[in-house]
Amino acid sequence: MLMPQKRLKAVSFGLLSPDVIRKISVGSIITPDTYEEDGTPIDTGPMSLRLGTIDPSQKCKTCGNRVGQCPGHFGHIELAKPVIHVGFVKIIYQLLQATCCKCGRLLLPQRDIDRIRKIMKERPRLWAIIKNRLVAKVLKRATKTMECPHCGEQQVKIRLERPTTFYEKTKSGERKITPDIIRARLEKIPDEDYEVLGFNPKASRPEWMVLTVLPVPPVTVRPSITLESGLRSEDDLTHKIVDIIRINERLKEQIDMGAPMAIIEELWDLLQYHVTTYFDNEVSGIPPARHRSGRVLRTLAQRLKGKEGRFRSSLSGKRVDFSARTVISPDPNLSINEVGVPIEVAKTLTIPEKVTSWNIDELRELVIRGPYEHPGANYIIRPDGRRIDLRYVKDRKAVAEALAPGYIVERHIRDGDVALFNRQPSLHRMSIMAHKVKVLPYKTFRLNLCVCPPYNADFDGDEMNLHIPQSEEARAEALTLMLVEQQILSPRYGGPIIGGTQDYILGAFLLSQKNTLLTEEEVQQLLFLADVTELPGPAIIKPKKLWTGKQVISALLPKGLNYTLKASACRKCSECKKFDCPYDAYIVVANGELVAGVIDKKSIGAGEPESLLHRIIKDFGINKGSWFLDCALKVFLNYAFLHGFTMNLDDVMLPKEVVNEILKRLREAEVKVEELIARYKRGELEQMPGKTLEETLETLIHEVLSNARDNVGKLAAQYLKPTSNALMMARSGSRGSMLNLTQMAANVGQQTVRGERILRGYFERTLPHFKRGDLGAAARGYVYSSFKRGLNPLEFFFHAMGGREGLVDTALRTSQSGYMQRRLINALQDLHVEYDGTVRTADDKIVQLMYGEDGVDPSKSDHGKAVNIEKTIEKVLGVAALK
Amino acid sequence: MLKKKFTILDHELVPKHILLSKEEKRQLLEQLKIRPEQLPWIRASDPVAKLIGAKPGDIVKIIRKSPTAGETVAYRFVVP
Ligand SMILES: [Mg+2]
Ligand SMILES: [Zn+2]
Ligand SMILES: [Zn+2]
Ligand SMILES: [Zn+2]
Repeated sequence: MLMPQKRLKAVSFGLLSPDVIRKISVGSIITPDTYEEDGTPIDTGPMSLRLGTIDPSQKCKTCGNRVGQCPGHFGHIELAKPVIHVGFVKIIYQLLQATCCKCGRLLLPQRDIDRIRKIMKERPRLWAIIKNRLVAKVLKRATKTMECPHCGEQQVKIRLERPTTFYEKTKSGERKITPDIIRARLEKIPDEDYEVLGFNPKASRPEWMVLTVLPVPPVTVRPSITLESGLRSEDDLTHKIVDIIRINERLKEQIDMGAPMAIIEELWDLLQYHVTTYFDNEVSGIPPARHRSGRVLRTLAQRLKGKEGRFRSSLSGKRVDFSARTVISPDPNLSINEVGVPIEVAKTLTIPEKVTSWNIDELRELVIRGPYEHPGANYIIRPDGRRIDLRYVKDRKAVAEALAPGYIVERHIRDGDVALFNRQPSLHRMSIMAHKVKVLPYKTFRLNLCVCPPYNADFDGDEMNLHIPQSEEARAEALTLMLVEQQILSPRYGGPIIGGTQDYILGAFLLSQKNTLLTEEEVQQLLFLADVTELPGPAIIKPKKLWTGKQVISALLPKGLNYTLKASACRKCSECKKFDCPYDAYIVVANGELVAGVIDKKSIGAGEPESLLHRIIKDFGINKGSWFLDCALKVFLNYAFLHGFTMNLDDVMLPKEVVNEILKRLREAEVKVEELIARYKRGELEQMPGKTLEETLETLIHEVLSNARDNVGKLAAQYLKPTSNALMMARSGSRGSMLNLTQMAANVGQQTVRGERILRGYFERTLPHFKRGDLGAAARGYVYSSFKRGLNPLEFFFHAMGGREGLVDTALRTSQSGYMQRRLINALQDLHVEYDGTVRTADDKIVQLMYGEDGVDPSKSDHGKAVNIEKTIEKVLGVAALK
Repeated sequence: MLKKKFTILDHELVPKHILLSKEEKRQLLEQLKIRPEQLPWIRASDPVAKLIGAKPGDIVKIIRKSPTAGETVAYRFVVP
């Protein structure tokens, strides 16, 4: 049968009127019980077979269908007294305030109402634009009006007691307004006035917000579960419906019996409570309804709300096929564009490949190899759409023979296939990138270390996801837009986000040292890794041919590269000596030759704008850039292996005299602090503007102590052995900072909680080891010891306090920034740049006339700037500029 | 009456607001191919809008300093 095709134009939301509720209902539900003794559902109960069936052995009493076919049917409950729908209390409150309590008209002069209605009727487009703001204004004015302009009735103030009780402030005192009175008042509001308040009376009359009849949802949305013990367990909604029916029936009885008002009102309130919690069990102001076991019930609003709700989890949350997840581990021998995939995974993930006369032989081989051997196939789809599961095919040879153009073979993924690789949290677009598959033994995904920064991945147990694009279009798109090398330059700032880390940087640093000399074998070994086959001439010929490390690096740099940069190792001398930098921290590359300077974090590190790596990508293209990351960085890493590297206690050892000097200076600082405290106690301290005397003292002490640590730190840095491995790591930027070093070698320094010296603990003191009111350095968390010497118990305790605060901070920050991220993404996700260069929202409103006001793509910019004049001049002048 | 010595238009942080003529307005809408409400809005009660006499339905051109582009132009549709 041909169905007429209709096009969906709009969806309109509205309220169910009592009439509609009765019309869609298959019957009134009046029994507060679910099943008879014998286990059959009670016909007038909430599990009635008329509401649909969830039992495969039963037929629906309404439509006669069985489980899959029957869509379920609504029932209804006739409420003995009307109750307020919690979802609409706010609107009811506004309506009660804005309309006359006697005649129900909007509390606005007739001519104003007419004026607004005129706009509404005659200029619908303008109305659509200004509606919301106009309505807010009308509401505000009408609420303030205390005398009805239509009938002259004096209005009374109305108070809402959350969640659902309304009070009237009359002269004689406060009086409760019951839902039936509220409903009567809402009924009186004429459609014309109601429209002025922005409502559509056809879709939602205000009195429908006060319920007189309650729909009972089909059993299919609240199925009961049978436990192993044979006991039946009902859905939370069913429990709630039972509660409502029970109270409703009791209320009905009492009314029929002519019970006193107090009893009726009590039951009425209870009915209101149950209906309220049936809709939303997290309403503030009333205790949530609980299960017999004490568990809070999950009612309608809870089913929709939040992360586990229908929207975020069931509707926006997508689940996919053709994906895999496992632990990741590093493999420096893979290209940045590759991902190592375990054989086992490769045998499960497939790509549908159409059989053509060009690939038929190859696909036949795959089919013959079958689902259990690696480059094989799992399914064949015949032209008629039938799927053949190769696991159950006895004679795969015969099936392979039957293959013909038009068939589709779902073959295993193999080397070179495209895959999307992802690590959560997916905070930016580089969190999902396309990689080329490389099938490898063992059970982890493998990736090149240079792509750790964009994923923010490490290997302490991190897991990642892999997705296999199934269509030709998806693969093409992934390959051209999402491939790792397309993502090297971050759109967050103008610079490469993919680059060297840790060992790579250290290796480059060691290799580029002035005194690094390599034998012919070593040079060949290193350059071979990068596929460089031309050996430069040796720097030293006798007694042995030797090459410098810088020569090796030069062999890896593209010809024609001219470049200067201050390295991480730069000491920021007051006057830079440039080429003659005593620390070899001024990098000079002339025509692809590393003339001077050490290569370190600033040159090849991830996320370093203006780096050597950035220059290579910008001047020589992405291909050269990814070659540099794949090959050149591999050389650096292997030099680190060749050189060997460790760290030991000697690295943070200082000569005895220096240790004594440090102790002396710390003692001096302590004396200064004592002096300050003494002056404070004598009242001689001069108060700083905007600070109390105590704050002044704290500031001064803080200054003295932080000066002391910096002082001591500088001293320590000066006297650490130049061969110190730890020092080399800090200098090159590969790991650790100078602060870490001084804390190890000299003194740990002030511990803080909430940005202040430690002051919490016992009454007027931090620990019972101190006198009350002791403001001295030691009593307030100053750690004199170094990590090498070791902390005394008190210092250790203060250090733990500071450390704990750090941990708590990070935990708090991640959750906060996660929420902020979610809201920003939701607000910004539909913005796009139109072909005319304007930035627009999803409904084509203009946000900016040009993206970022200058139209610059930040990933193609130099650190946010469209042009970098200095570098451009340097480039144009070439080698000449360097001289 | 107090003589006003200072208008907010002179303030460093208030960018230049220019009221578009009918013709300029038509040209702008034609150029961007938009209806006026697709522009960002400014209230007629906005202090600057009041000072330059912008009425609902007008379009205001705003020229301001930009950290990226040096100087940048924006338009606002005046609403009640
Ligand atoms: Mg980790
Ligand atoms: Zn049915
Ligand atoms: Zn009235
Ligand atoms: Zn320098």
